[in-house]
Amino acid sequence: MPLIRAENITKNYRVGDMEVPALKGVSFEIGEGAFAAFVGPSGSGKSTLLNLLGCLDHPTSGTLTVNGTDIATLSRSAAASFRGEHLGFIFQDFNLVPVLSVYENIEYPLLMVRGWSPEKRRERVLKVIDAVGMNEQAHKRPDQISGGQKQRVAVARALVGEPKLVLADEPTANLDHDTAYRILGLMKTMRDNFGTSFIFSTHDPKIMGEAELTFTLEDGRLVQEGGAA
Amino acid sequence: MTSTLKLAARNLLRYRRRTLLTALLIMLGVLALLLFVAAAGSFKQTMVGSITDSMLGHLQVHRKGYTQSIDNLPLNLNLQPNAVGKIELALKADPDVAAYSLRVKLGAMFSNFTENTSIRLNGVDPAAEDAAVPALRQRINDGDKTGPLVAPGKVLIPTLIARGMKVNVGDNVVLVVTNASGSVNGKNFVVGGILDGVTGPGGRDGYIHIDDARELLRMDKPEVMEVAVCLKSLKSLSAVQQRLNAALGEIRNKEGKPATELHLWSDLSPFANIVKMIDLMTLFIRIMLIAIVLVSVMNVMLMAVYERIREIGTLAAIGTQPGKLMAIFLSEGLLLGIVGAAAGIALSYALVGYLNLNPVVFAFGREQITLRPVLELVEVGGVLILAVVVSALASLQPAWRAARMDPIQALRHV
Repeated sequence: MPLIRAENITKNYRVGDMEVPALKGVSFEIGEGAFAAFVGPSGSGKSTLLNLLGCLDHPTSGTLTVNGTDIATLSRSAAASFRGEHLGFIFQDFNLVPVLSVYENIEYPLLMVRGWSPEKRRERVLKVIDAVGMNEQAHKRPDQISGGQKQRVAVARALVGEPKLVLADEPTANLDHDTAYRILGLMKTMRDNFGTSFIFSTHDPKIMGEAELTFTLEDGRLVQEGGAA
Repeated sequence: MTSTLKLAARNLLRYRRRTLLTALLIMLGVLALLLFVAAAGSFKQTMVGSITDSMLGHLQVHRKGYTQSIDNLPLNLNLQPNAVGKIELALKADPDVAAYSLRVKLGAMFSNFTENTSIRLNGVDPAAEDAAVPALRQRINDGDKTGPLVAPGKVLIPTLIARGMKVNVGDNVVLVVTNASGSVNGKNFVVGGILDGVTGPGGRDGYIHIDDARELLRMDKPEVMEVAVCLKSLKSLSAVQQRLNAALGEIRNKEGKPATELHLWSDLSPFANIVKMIDLMTLFIRIMLIAIVLVSVMNVMLMAVYERIREIGTLAAIGTQPGKLMAIFLSEGLLLGIVGAAAGIALSYALVGYLNLNPVVFAFGREQITLRPVLELVEVGGVLILAVVVSALASLQPAWRAARMDPIQALRHV
């Protein structure tokens, strides 16, 4: 069974009195352990699709299952639980909590969302923090580390809860070229080490070449699916 | 819970200046309220103590209708010996009654042989009066303060009359009285002491021995006009009132109606209105504290939510339940209220301690009042609870807003 199955997904937004379609009947499947990218120009529907996969929004019509759960009908609270249990997020602007240290930012999902015991938390956080190479910065605050390091912390935070799927919206957009490649390399390594699927969006042709599977979107439609472009 | 509070504390420290200013505002509000309550409490206690312990007693028993005509000191509304006996039995049986004094009250003409003036006289048993109103003796500013309060043949007169009539301790005077049957009787007295007024020099109450009063009035039975009652503690006032009302209710007149009436000190003294005003002012200051906490905490929390919209979106996206998000912001408001209130309470204790070491004395009429403010634990606890509850209420709307925020919109916020 695929990790993600999308069947004829549509999403309309209401702008004033008008219905504006953002996705127009998108269907695809993604298996476990994928390293996939949604690519396309700005306004093509990449972020909308990622939001739907992340249970942050509901499709207007169509069926969307992630890890066997129909996420299109989840309530607000159930969606939050699903995100906490099965998904990880990486954001373009890193979105670390500024008052928490690197260690605490990574620990947050286990402490405040999953409610793991201190021993279990510590063991898992140390494992992930080691995997992303942030041991020496563990006690620093986000404003004391570089952009690349912040994104490493964000990757660690996304992975710490052992999710099935990590969604990354333009994860390299705010990083220089070398750092962007290092982050993508890290994400791949994490996929290999932890078996977590990664889906990211990008409009950078060089970055999209790093994906093993690409879905090209144009004007809300899936126009191409396949290996690296 | 601990982790939520820890996160809340970190977030408060994120905006140190704003947090400090808000906590300072709450602290000042709490300080103002507690200092006022402590100082007003001391003033009230001193004044009430002065009035009850040197004149009224805590409670008074009269014959039904007497207090309505008390300005005229009527002689036909006396408590008869039979009723007095029952009243005494009820008072002796009550465990919270410390002492009582039977009084014969009468109006008289005071003469220094050249001039006359009117005087209100209290005929009292010196020992009983001493026990019922122990501070009366302290009002004697000239005369013997160590012997019996008032010996037979002696009269204690108020300052006002002593000055007006140019009479000093040891002078002979004449008291002339018209009794209940209309006949006039007079008797020579020696001025035994001069009394300060309780709330200024306006008092016209003098004291003579109860036997002298009965002789002046030619009473053939041991009737009294008033029974002044002193309690062991003012806190038991309403309990004693209830018990005495029940006991005195059994004393009936010929028509079968209650023959006596019981009054609290507050029913008999105009100072009770000042006490009510102080209580009203306390209420207003309490309302001001609520407004200060409400506005300042709500303002800070609304700002916090507005400034952290993307952070809220992030926390929601990574699976934080709406209830947990709400708890984070509620905790921030609560902590702010607790810290501000705790600082205000600590400062209040420090200032109250200082005021007790360096008492402030001020004049109220002719009374020299020494402020000895006391912070009652109930009051302090009440203020803390008030600040915490109002802080929680003030944080409720911003916290609810944070919890209900759409994660996508929040993540897009710039």
